[in-house]
This record gives sequence, structure tokens and C-alpha cells, in this order.
Amino acid sequence: MSEIITAILITVGVLFNLFGCIGLVRFPDVYTRLQAATKCVTLGTCLTLIGVVIYGFSGGHGAMGLKALLCIGFLIITAPTAAHALARGAYKYGVKLKEPTVVDLYQDISPQQTSIDDEET
Amino acid sequence: MRRVAIFIVSFIVWCALVWPYNSANIAPDGTGTAWDLQSIVLGLFVAFLTALLFKEAFTTQPKNMFSPLRILWLLLYLPVFLYYCIRANLQVVYLVLHPDMPIKPGIVKVKTKLKTESGVTALANSITLTPGTLTVDVVNGNELYVHWLVVESADEDKATEIIVSRFEFFLEKIFV
Repeated sequence: MSEIITAILITVGVLFNLFGCIGLVRFPDVYTRLQAATKCVTLGTCLTLIGVVIYGFSGGHGAMGLKALLCIGFLIITAPTAAHALARGAYKYGVKLKEPTVVDLYQDISPQQTSIDDEET
Repeated sequence: MRRVAIFIVSFIVWCALVWPYNSANIAPDGTGTAWDLQSIVLGLFVAFLTALLFKEAFTTQPKNMFSPLRILWLLLYLPVFLYYCIRANLQVVYLVLHPDMPIKPGIVKVKTKLKTESGVTALANSITLTPGTLTVDVVNGNELYVHWLVVESADEDKATEIIVSRFEFFLEKIFV
């Protein structure tokens, strides 16, 4: 029973990772791509790890399950922080928001002098 | 006091990682111990070093760290967070797979009432992991610039209500 749950969780996790990667290709600019990458990849990897936790605790590998549980905690703390650093860094570097963008209030306090097209860099 | 708190937390993390207990180590006739003394001693030493070196980087109010009320609110917050996290993922999956990609991205400004640094950090991280939003920058400690995948309102107050208020209620109580 627990093996079936593990298999389902890992499959769904990998699927979310896949959708995140498709988003990485399809979305127009750095910021929207970061959104797809952080959200889907975080949840996808967490689901995979939860699968490992269930497998570990039910199969007598308690130490393995506990380590996976710790990894989930670290991932949830660090992944959004990294995404935030990347988005801010890209903005300060001068990467523009692409076409369908409707509003940019960040411009007021952090004007972009240089304009860099992220397709070329 | 701060050092003691760091010491305890790092030792717990060490034990979770190393797992110094293995019942297979007990000999068939009942002698020997299941506890791996070597790694426990090493863990105490490492935790001691961590407490010595990273006093500044960790916490400012160690008394509040083990307060049961905060932990209770944190446990209540987790399912709420999980719900929004899963909703965020389904939304991104929908947008990714939709042939026309109905996105309307933009950066909006929101305000928070949270005072502590760790509270604002938790809020920023929660915003990043939840529906369509990604924190770009925090200014003056209480203004967040948020990249929004589908902008519903560029107005500061409305955006604050939509993005921030759903977490602020809990985070205010966790990070007092």
C-alpha cells in the first residue's frame, strides 16, 4: 500500500517538475520564467521527497525518511530566497520585462539605465 | 542564552541527519549499545562550535523561540500555506499548458504591517511560493515589490489585500 502511495507521489512530483520546465521554455521573460521554475519545481521536488519519507518510514529506513523531511524544510526556505535574489539581480542588471507586461511600479524606485535584451545575453 | 538556543537546535539537526541509533549494533547476546557514541560526541562538539561562531546570525530573542503559542500558530499556518502552494502550482500548470498563455505580468507594490525581519522574510517567501506572485525587492522594511503573473489590480491597497492579507493574519502571530 505504502509503495503505491510512494509511486503516485513521485510520479506527480516529476510531472510538476516537467510542467515547470515547459513553463521555463514557453514564458516570455526572466521573471515569468522564474515564477514557473520556483513554484512547480519546489512543489514537485517536495512531493518526490514526501514519497521518499513515506517509503522510508514504512519500510524501516527511518533515518532516510528523516533526512528527506529535513530536505523539504531546507528547500521551502531556500528556493524562494534564491528566486527573489535572481529576480532582483536581473532587474538591477537591466533585464527588461517583456511584451504582455501591464504595469511596472518598481521602475519608480529602481530605474533601469541600461536596457539589455535577455535573448542576446 | 542565544548561544544555548543555537546549541540545542544545531544538535537536534545533527542528530536528525546522523541518526546515532541503530538497533543492529546490539550483539545477539544483549551486550553492546545501540547508541553511536562517537557521532554523539562529535555532534556536541560541532553544535558547540556553531553556537560559538554564529551567535549573531541566528536569532535575537531566544526566549520566544520555544513559545508553544507560536509553534501552535505555525502548525495552523502550514495547511493554509500548503493549500495556496498547491493552488499556485495548478494555476501555473494551467497557464503553461494553455495554448494562448493568458498571462498579464507586472510588478506591483504592496505594504505589510509586519515589524520583525524574520516575519517579512517569511512573508516574502510565502508570497513567492503562492499563486502567481514573486517578491522582487523589499524596501524600507515594509514595502514589497511583487512580480505578479496575472495582475488583478495595480492599486497599492487592493493588491495588498489580495496578496498580503491572506498570510499576514498568521504571520503576525508567529513572528511577534
